[in-house]
Parts: sequence; structure tokens; C-alpha cells
Amino acid sequence: MIKFDNVYKSFGDNKVLDGLDVEVPEGEITFIVGKSGEGKSVTIKHIMGLLKPDKGKVIVEGEDITNFDKYQIREYRKKFGMLFQHAALFDSLTVEDNIRFPLREQLQMHESKMKIRVDEVLEQVGLEGSHKKYPSQLSTGEKKRVGLARALAPRPKVILYDEPTTGMDPLISEMIDELIVKVSKDFGSKLTSIVISHDLKAALATAENIVMLYQGKVKLEGPPSSFKKTKDPVIRQFFSGKVEGPMEFL
Amino acid sequence: MAPFEMVGARFLTIISAVGIFIFFLRESVQELFKKPIRVSEIIRQMEFIGNQSLVIIVMSAFSIGSVFGLQVGMVFKTFSAEGQMGIATATALTRELAPMMTAFLITGRAGSAITAEIATMKVNEQVEAMESMGVSPIHYLVIPRLIASFFMVPLLSGVFVFIGILGSFLVGTLVFNVDEGLYFYKITDQLVYKDITMGLEKSFLFSIVIALIACQFGLKATGGAKGVGQATTNSVITMLLMILLLDFVYTFFQIAI
Repeated sequence: MIKFDNVYKSFGDNKVLDGLDVEVPEGEITFIVGKSGEGKSVTIKHIMGLLKPDKGKVIVEGEDITNFDKYQIREYRKKFGMLFQHAALFDSLTVEDNIRFPLREQLQMHESKMKIRVDEVLEQVGLEGSHKKYPSQLSTGEKKRVGLARALAPRPKVILYDEPTTGMDPLISEMIDELIVKVSKDFGSKLTSIVISHDLKAALATAENIVMLYQGKVKLEGPPSSFKKTKDPVIRQFFSGKVEGPMEFL
Repeated sequence: MAPFEMVGARFLTIISAVGIFIFFLRESVQELFKKPIRVSEIIRQMEFIGNQSLVIIVMSAFSIGSVFGLQVGMVFKTFSAEGQMGIATATALTRELAPMMTAFLITGRAGSAITAEIATMKVNEQVEAMESMGVSPIHYLVIPRLIASFFMVPLLSGVFVFIGILGSFLVGTLVFNVDEGLYFYKITDQLVYKDITMGLEKSFLFSIVIALIACQFGLKATGGAKGVGQATTNSVITMLLMILLLDFVYTFFQIAI
């Protein structure tokens, strides 16, 4: 469904993507892992059309999105839901209005239908009755759940999670990981989930497919079992979390 | 860095900033006529820029009008021409003082708040979230503020003129014993249509400058709290300088040419 075809991207002298070739399978949970600065966020921004590659193609549902103009990109983005690292809720709006936002803006949904959909997604993330709260009245975990509810509300084809558990305590991290799996199961093969994460334990436990980025390319791509079995020293070092090894740390 | 290089670098920075602003202006014009028209957001911004600025506008206008009345009254008294106070105040207020002071006050009260609000949204990824949902931040954040400013700044400038004249009137009649009828007769007799249109045109121009600069600096903010503070300071300075510069250029073309 989403395919990177020989994608290059540099920022000044800093080469981030160096001929990236990867294909994200449809209807699965794919984790994109790699150490900081390896281009995970840059990859997700290419998928969203927030960045354009210097060279190469980003093909989504058979279309090369790199040639889209700003109006096509706006339409294209409606296929996606995104959970930001810090949830990125609109702090001047209530929980309910945050969730209504994409429904009104993207789907021009009728008021009565919006109410049903808001109740539905809030139930899905376990936050029934939080409609009138403002983001400042929510805990970090609750903000993430509202962010997820907002991303899910328009029923996107793809949901992107940008480091969903970074900075969270283990309990909230566990809860978010469970939610990723639950949401994926609820939507079945209709929903493709892409998770950017440093949380390797979660990747091995939750993912159906893992892509490891290293030096701007894919180091290994496959199910968690292939990462557990591999003898590649770079991957072993990354998954063991040891400083000593072939992988350089800045 | 050599002085010549410093001047060159500064010049390039200014040219680049002007280029970015023109690009932003073009994008805003493109988005201006796109649907949906966000009526409730426009009304909310009108209330914020207009209604919430009313007290400071009234107080400043009364103070400036009174002080202006005292100053010109002293001068006119030496020629026994206190009766000219009304038209002198009205001309100064309509052509220059009201549009300029209103723009300054709106810059400080509403312009800075707009930059701070949008900059906070930017650094907290809220603007990016909006973009990720296929919503144009210019259409959602800039256009309602631009429309609200366009209607409210000239309106407040009109209030400024009215209250300023009232302040000067009280000084004229109570301190310099100017006849009430004569005070207003001189205004209605000598104030010309061009005095009013000149002030009004300036106000419209300043309203656009305030809204666009405030929003643009907010949208390009980076970093955390420091970035928000920096964006707000830079935005206010730029708005004030642009108002002064445009005021001179506009007045020059109206009077000298």
C-alpha cells in the first residue's frame, strides 16, 4: 500500500535517507525502529506529504504522491490519522470538539452523526464521559488516548503513531501498546498501523512487521521472529541496547 | 565579520524576510476566497480584536485628545484663535493620530496575543496536527483574524477620533472657554472628505499589516517557550516598524505627489 522507491533526502550536508526502499504491508501493524537521527520521523513526514524527497518516489495506493500539488496533498492526507508524540490536542477546544474537528473539516459530517461517532471513539479508547474536559484537565495518558480517538474518528485507512510511548511510565506505555493492538483488531484489515518507536520490547511484542532503519537504508525488514533470530551485529547491538559495538552513537 | 559583510548579511536577511512575507501574503489571498467561511471564528476574533480593545482605545483616545487640546490650545491662545482647536484636533486625529495610535494599541494588545497563541500552537505540534488532517492553517488561523482585523481596526480608529475630539472639546470649553457651537462648527465646516478617507485608508492598510505579521511570526515560531517569546517580541517590533514605514510612505504619496 505504501512504498518507498529509492528515496533520498538530505538536510544540508546531513544525508538522512540514502536510497530507502521499503514497502509497508496493508492492514498490519508495522513498527519503524532505529536509533535517533536515522530518519524515522523523516520517513513518516514523507508518507504524510509534509516533506518531499530529493530523489525517488513515495507510492501510496499506486500513486506517486511526490508530484501532488498542495491541494492534492490536502485531500490525500484525509486517508490518514496521526497520533503525535505529545498528542497535539487543540488546547482551546474540549475533548469533544477536538474529536469533532476532523469530522467537520474532512467529512463535513452532520451534527447528529458526529455525536454518535464521538461517543463511539471515546468508548473505544476507554474515555467515556470526558466530552467536556479540556486538554489541560487530562493526564498524559488520557491526552494520548484522546489524540488516538481524534485520529480514529474519521475512520482513516492508515494510522501513524509518532513515538507513542516516549517519555511515558511503563504502565501507560503498556496501555498505549495494548490500545494499538486493540484498535488494529477493531478495524481488522481495513486499518494499516505504522508506529515509530524506540521501544523495542513493544515492537517485538506488538508488531506484525518491523522495519529497522540504519544509515538511511533498511537494515532488516520482517516479522519480530526474524529480528529475534538474526546474527547481524548492528541489529543485535541495537536490540541489546549496548553502547559498544559496530553502531556509532553521536 | 567585516563591517561590509555584516551590512550585506543584514541586507540579505531583510530581502529574504520581505520575500517570505510576500509569499505568505499571496497564500493568504489565495485562501481568502476558499470555502468554508468560518463565521463563528471570525465573530470570535472580532470580539477579541474589537470589543476587548475598546476600553484601552477609549482611555487612550480621551487622554491623547485632551493633551492635544491643551497643547494646541496654548499655541492658539497666543493668537487669540482658540476657536480653531476643534478643527486642529479633528484634522490631526482623522488624518494621523487615530489610525496610527489605534494600530499601535492593537499591535500591543491583540497583535502580540495572536502571535503568542499561534506560536504556542506551532511549537506544540497543533499546527502540524491541523496540516496532517488536511486543513490549511492559513485558512483556519490566519483568514478569520485577517477579516476581523480588517473590520475592527478602522472601526476602533473611528471610535478613537470621536473620543479624542470629545477630550479636546472638554479641554477647549472648560480650560480655554471656547464656545461649544464654534468648536463643532469649525469641524463640520472645515474637515474635508479627504481627511476622513486618508485616515480610513491608513487604518485598512495597518489592519492587514497587523494581522498578517502577527500570524506569520506565530506560524514560523520554533523551539519551546523561548521560541514563543522571541516570535512575539520580533512580531511586535516588525509590526510597529512596518506601521511607521507605511504611514510615512502613504502620507508622502498623498501629500507630496
